[in-house]
Amino acid sequence: MTPVQILFIVVAAMTLGAALMVVSSRNLVHSALWLIVSLFGVAVFFALLQAGFLAVVQVVIYIGAIAILFIFVVMLTRKIAQDSGPRFNENWVWAIVVAVVVFAALVWILMGWQGWSTQLAPLGPAADPLRELGIALVSPNAYVLPFELASVLLLAALIGAVMVAWERK
Amino acid sequence: MIPLSWYLVFSAALFSIGLYGVLARKNAVAILMGIELMLNAVNINLVAFWRYRTPQMIGGQAFAVIVFAVAAAEVAVGLALIISVYRRRDSVAADEIDLMKW
Amino acid sequence: MFDPINSIANWLSALLASWGLSTGLVIFIMSLISIVVIAVFVLLLDIFLVWVERKVVARFQDRLGPNRLGPFGLIQPIADVIKLLIKEDITPDGADRVVYNLAPVIALATVLLLWAVIPFAPTFLGAGLNVGVLYIVAIGAISTLGIIMAGWASNNKFALLGAFRTVAQVVSYEVPMVIILLIPVILARSMDLQQIVQAQNVWFVVLAPVAAMIFLITSIAEIGRAPFDLIEAESEIVAGFHIEYTGMKFGLFYAGELLHALTVGALVATLFLGGWRGPLLWISPLFGVLWLFMKAFFLYWVIMWIKYSLPRIRIDHMLSFNWKFLTPLALTLLIVSAIMDKILGRPGTAIYTIGMLVTNLIVICITLIILNKYAHIERQRVGETRPVASPDQAGVSMPRQNSSPVSTIH
Repeated sequence: MTPVQILFIVVAAMTLGAALMVVSSRNLVHSALWLIVSLFGVAVFFALLQAGFLAVVQVVIYIGAIAILFIFVVMLTRKIAQDSGPRFNENWVWAIVVAVVVFAALVWILMGWQGWSTQLAPLGPAADPLRELGIALVSPNAYVLPFELASVLLLAALIGAVMVAWERK
Repeated sequence: MIPLSWYLVFSAALFSIGLYGVLARKNAVAILMGIELMLNAVNINLVAFWRYRTPQMIGGQAFAVIVFAVAAAEVAVGLALIISVYRRRDSVAADEIDLMKW
Repeated sequence: MFDPINSIANWLSALLASWGLSTGLVIFIMSLISIVVIAVFVLLLDIFLVWVERKVVARFQDRLGPNRLGPFGLIQPIADVIKLLIKEDITPDGADRVVYNLAPVIALATVLLLWAVIPFAPTFLGAGLNVGVLYIVAIGAISTLGIIMAGWASNNKFALLGAFRTVAQVVSYEVPMVIILLIPVILARSMDLQQIVQAQNVWFVVLAPVAAMIFLITSIAEIGRAPFDLIEAESEIVAGFHIEYTGMKFGLFYAGELLHALTVGALVATLFLGGWRGPLLWISPLFGVLWLFMKAFFLYWVIMWIKYSLPRIRIDHMLSFNWKFLTPLALTLLIVSAIMDKILGRPGTAIYTIGMLVTNLIVICITLIILNKYAHIERQRVGETRPVASPDQAGVSMPRQNSSPVSTIH
């Protein structure tokens, strides 16, 4: 067991445990805080996969904005005397069945793929994923069009969210 | 070292947990949290495939960046909708919001 | 070159390797030791900051400050710490225990995490991240989490209200801060803080003074110090999100706030004032540490100067200042800086320096002209200033009112 493997198993256990607490916690603010733990675990995985930029962007966007938005909305949509109610609807048994079946199907299909046990090839000394990503996102024969469309999408979402949640007196 | 299979199993597990959260929870905000977990699992998958199979093509990371932007936009609009519904119906339980009008 | 820290580090790793440990484990242990060293150094500095704060505020207010305990009152912070430690540890009724106890820890931890990327000297820094600037933004984003946890877990409406206001302020002021952080990145061609310091043959405060000013203003708003300290205004909202915290938990919040101010000083020094650059570096890298902390303490003094000179800003003024002034100015500055960077050629030449400086001055002039015009319009809308009480106006202003004040009193 190399140290990286131990690190992987520890972080994976933490992330999956936190995800389980997210979907089964009684208190919604606790759910949001467990969501933050699991998002942080995902950021650690990005760093392990040598996508350092994505790890930091994950922290900024997910934990710094989306999770805080969740906490705010949870606080704003609580009924006065209710901190917890029935958490699950009446289909929860079928939900467990579907989730387990989906997991088993995904793993079984991927096990038959020839790239299942690809090992990690070193990136090479001259590889600079950060610089390549920056160039790719603004280069006309790479990904500038999805990038600009994503910014238009964010503008539309910004205007839409403000208009939907506007309090009309 | 860590083979690709570990990352794929992990992201499949995270996806399934998010799927369970979406299907089984009553509160609309909790359903959105399940969707966030699923989007994160997809991101891990994308970046793991990029790193292990085609590290010279930066498309994997670019795709993951676009997924970040789309997830942020979707959460913003979804939570705004939930707040708006809460103001009208005074409830965010997903099975109580089952009438089209009034 | 007298380089004690690297010599000790090399000797220690050679010692650990000679004990038969694998290289991975040696690196792990050395990283742990360096984390402990940096954290202890910064926290000891934090205790010193309590003394600096009280002495400097006293001098600004024309009094002496603590001078009873020890020479010049230097033992005073230790007395403060002992007082906080022996206070009763109260958890309010109905509060969420785990979140309540975790919030001050997160508040202080997020400030300590920032010291991991600040380069102390050419040869030592915590972690040479190639996304250092983005890491700073990420840690700033996490710090709002500690505030929300504190406000919500206190089971107190004032705390929750204070937490909401704080998050509104911090998240709003992150927007111009992130935009302005791109300007040193453009000038240095890298997000690594060590590279930014290495690229500052001419300090970036000369190349981009408006950016330095905006970064300082938004950072002061981020850490919640005056004039942006509505979040802990004693006269308005009793203490904001840390009302229910006593004893050492409050001590953690307070120490975290002071340390955050020093960290902001160190960040501005690194990004704009040249970091560890200074004379005498060829003798020893330790002089780099000295120059960095001199600049950081100078900026901390400037932050305190602003705090104890200006009154508090109202929350709607604060938000409109951010969204209507700072964000458009930051965006304009970024676009203009990027364009001028492409036009002027390589950094390091004289024409680059003078060109960027002149560009910034033009931006300031245009901004001031626009502000002046709006102030003129506003003044005309409100009307000319009228003296309320003056002897020759006493008879003139009476007929304008419906009934004289004298007749309504009795």
